[in-house]
Amino acid sequence: MTAVTDEILSFEEAMEKYDPVLGFEVHVELNTRTKMFSAAPNVFGDEPNTNVTPVCLGLPGVLPVVNKAAVEYSIKIGLALGCRIAPSCTFARKQYFYPDTPKNFQTSQYEDPIAFDGSIDIELEDGTVFTVEIERAHMEEDAGKLTHLGGATGRIQGADFSLVDYNRAGVPLVEIVTKPIVGAGSRAPELAKAYVAAIREIVKNLGVSDARMERGNVRCDANVSLMPKGSTTFGTRSETKNVNSLRSVERAVRFEIQRHAAVLESGAAVTQETRHWHEDTRTTTAGRPKSDADDYRYFPEPDLVPVVTSEEWIEELRAQLPEPPAERRKRLKDAWGYSDAEFRDVVNAGVMDSIEETIAAGATPAVARKWWMGEVSRRAKEAEVDPAELGVTPETIVELDSLISAGKINDKLARKVLEYVLAGEGTPSEVVDKHGMAVVSDDGALLEAIDAALAAQPEVAEKIRGGKLQAAGAIVGGVMKATRGQADAGRVRELIFERLGVQG
Amino acid sequence: MNELITHSAAELAAKLAAKEVSAVEVVQAHLDRIAEVDGEVNAFLHVNTEEALAVATEVDTARAAGGAEAGRLHGLAGVPIAIKDLIVTIGQPTTAGSAMLRGWMSPYDATVIQKIRAAKMPMLGKTNLDEFAMGSSTEHSAYGPTRNPWDLDRIPGGSGGGSAAAVAAYEAPLALGTDTGGSIRQPAAVTGSVGVKPTYGGVSRYGAIAMASSLDQIGPVSRTVLDSALLHEVIGGHDPADSTSLTDPVGALAEAARTGNVAGMRIGVVRELQGEGYDAGVQQRFDESLELLRGAGAEIVEVSCPNFKYALGAYYLIMPSEASSNLAKFDGVRYGLRVLPEDAPLTIERVMGASRAAGFGDEVKRRIILGTYALSAGYYDAYYGSAQKVRTLVQRDFDAAFAQADVLISPTAPTTAFKLGEKLDDPLAMYLNDVATIPANLAGVPGISVPGGLAGGLPVGIQFLAPAREDARLYRAGAALEKLLEDKWGGPLLAQAPVLGGVK
Repeated sequence: MTAVTDEILSFEEAMEKYDPVLGFEVHVELNTRTKMFSAAPNVFGDEPNTNVTPVCLGLPGVLPVVNKAAVEYSIKIGLALGCRIAPSCTFARKQYFYPDTPKNFQTSQYEDPIAFDGSIDIELEDGTVFTVEIERAHMEEDAGKLTHLGGATGRIQGADFSLVDYNRAGVPLVEIVTKPIVGAGSRAPELAKAYVAAIREIVKNLGVSDARMERGNVRCDANVSLMPKGSTTFGTRSETKNVNSLRSVERAVRFEIQRHAAVLESGAAVTQETRHWHEDTRTTTAGRPKSDADDYRYFPEPDLVPVVTSEEWIEELRAQLPEPPAERRKRLKDAWGYSDAEFRDVVNAGVMDSIEETIAAGATPAVARKWWMGEVSRRAKEAEVDPAELGVTPETIVELDSLISAGKINDKLARKVLEYVLAGEGTPSEVVDKHGMAVVSDDGALLEAIDAALAAQPEVAEKIRGGKLQAAGAIVGGVMKATRGQADAGRVRELIFERLGVQG
Repeated sequence: MNELITHSAAELAAKLAAKEVSAVEVVQAHLDRIAEVDGEVNAFLHVNTEEALAVATEVDTARAAGGAEAGRLHGLAGVPIAIKDLIVTIGQPTTAGSAMLRGWMSPYDATVIQKIRAAKMPMLGKTNLDEFAMGSSTEHSAYGPTRNPWDLDRIPGGSGGGSAAAVAAYEAPLALGTDTGGSIRQPAAVTGSVGVKPTYGGVSRYGAIAMASSLDQIGPVSRTVLDSALLHEVIGGHDPADSTSLTDPVGALAEAARTGNVAGMRIGVVRELQGEGYDAGVQQRFDESLELLRGAGAEIVEVSCPNFKYALGAYYLIMPSEASSNLAKFDGVRYGLRVLPEDAPLTIERVMGASRAAGFGDEVKRRIILGTYALSAGYYDAYYGSAQKVRTLVQRDFDAAFAQADVLISPTAPTTAFKLGEKLDDPLAMYLNDVATIPANLAGVPGISVPGGLAGGLPVGIQFLAPAREDARLYRAGAALEKLLEDKWGGPLLAQAPVLGGVK
């Protein structure tokens, strides 16, 4: 594929002249035990083509059977998005030939999705709230995974051969489609990111998906179009496919806004097409034009009967819904007593759950925040992972804190202890014992070091005797250096004053 | 030649139970018959000698053991059966009569095959059919036509010509067929055998290679009405692997066949399924049957189904639409024929295209093209949509007719068996042969064809139709007519068939 470099306008200029209109199709892989229409296990990461049955391989003669758990998960998603649930809905066949689709059609929903007409409030980082209307959420099945070998692009065109893994074929999906989102203006890229983050949070909170974007559990197709400022007529849209990280969603929307603006400024028309996002260049390239490939020859799936949802069933599922994430955040913020800014930082750092768990394990809100926003976040940033993925357990933090409170270690040592814990050397107490990291509390040893430090800096000793108590810091520093940090600075200070006969 | 092969399944079952004959003897007699005549008839695509004998041996061993083990044997244990090669079987190739699946071995058994195995009915082999069950003559098989035992220059009907011919030629006492528009009943009619299309959902379709999912139904083929009822009881019943499967119990079908009484039964003659287009000889035999039934106490009423005249047209939109989708999976990627294009470039689309071009015959391609067209954007409403409306009207016609009659009656096919090749170049003339059988498929109601005598020395079939889930009525009426006619003829119609390989 030849890469065409598109002209782009600066984002600011684009925003001066145009209003963006967004739309999202987010695919959520459900974490049901088995697949959408077959009894094959729904498990990620297994040996290729092992989690398959004749049904998900599309062998001659097979028939689908709807997974009831997948329907329940879909209803829960619909309810969490404030949707109405269809009393009865059907499946349809979406037909296209592609080797990742064993039947050469995808069993999906077309005219009557299970959930429709919902909305969710999306809060941006600064607290601004946008309401996003949900058009529909429908059930369908995932395709297999193709790996194209040989060739330069990693795409099927030009590949020497391709491998296909049908473990993913038939995994239950819910596709959540928004209505057009207008009025976001220059916040559009941020809103895009926040929307996808919210969907991910909701499905994770519901427990219906593992919601790991890096595994493709949540995948976003982002539609962007522009209309001249003041106009209410939507422009031609592009659909950027499979943007699979939150950061990419924001960047892709921003790029498409800039690209559309440049096309429109040049007097040309935007082509209705799919676009591919490239993380490396942070650009999109043209995929296939939408217009001539749009005929999927949908028709009602004759092998399945309608899914009928009773009022009782829906209410039973509604009663099982966990606390919505936004409400939960408000509750936690009040309980922990953090300021608006502190809490927003916690949320943005992605450590709210960790802090909640740490508090539950016995830490105070302040201690939990100190660790998760401080040392753990710092290390996570270094390691380029999310803080929650670093491997720090709430119990570790509680133990570190109690060692500090007991005076056995100080903050500096505690950070060192954490490093050893993360290296797999045991619990904080075990690490302290193993490495002899306890604070030196033997006054005799400390006095020896103090005498040496006073002798080395007689002029400082004079100043202290003369009443300049703050000069003691230099002596404390010397002692800490001599004990390689393993002294309790407060005790050292006391001993210095005692030694010099002054009142601290 | 062995006189064992002339017995019905019910008679063989009785002889086996009485230990007058062993299952191995019964199976061997039929294998010998196949060896003797199938070179001429070509009913079988695969003969399952070893497994059939092995199952027969198991039955004999169990029976010899006596006690509980013998007591557990199904009534038809040891009675052999032939399987239409559209139904998947472990251990025997399943070709669907297509070059696309030459030699393909299914890794799973159809539900009906599991039931046949559970009943320990030895499978004699797989029978010929029009490719993917598309045809009314069994001439559209990639493995050569099957010939009508009554006249080897004539067609045995289709698509299940192989199963009907096997039964009519005494190669098997029982066979399984599939009926989408008459593929069990029309071959039964033109070969002088009995064939039943059960209520849609009455027999699991899991493992029947789908032509048109909303119309397909597996059913029994035999020489007597009672035998079909016995087999129907083996294969019928709910299957969780088929979402369209009914949950009703199978019903006392054999009992209904044994009762075989039409006294007081209201039998509706469908005005639109006779007269113009029906051979005079066919009409004559039909009228005689009506007189016999009237004489036996049936009340003959005339009913009108005005929308039946649109049924054929609707069928030839719905069936190809579903078939075009169901056959999409045959693309050379996962199984079956794979053909590389002769010239570059070698792309997946072109491999799929070359495989489908080489693997499918003309009739299959014709229907795929018709169906693809009918489902295309802009044509869907006019074709598929209108056809579904006609389908509803046909169902309403049945509802109205069954308000006036317990069962309906018509000739099964408008003609007797035509000559091989006669209609091969005139698809519309071929399609018209199914005009009387198609309405039942559109409405999902059950139908039976029983021998009604000869016209010009060739068999004529009489069809009964019953309301959905009232299959028992077919057996009651069918068995009554069978007895009335056989009393008149002084024996079964097949006794009048020409000698084939030394057995009448």
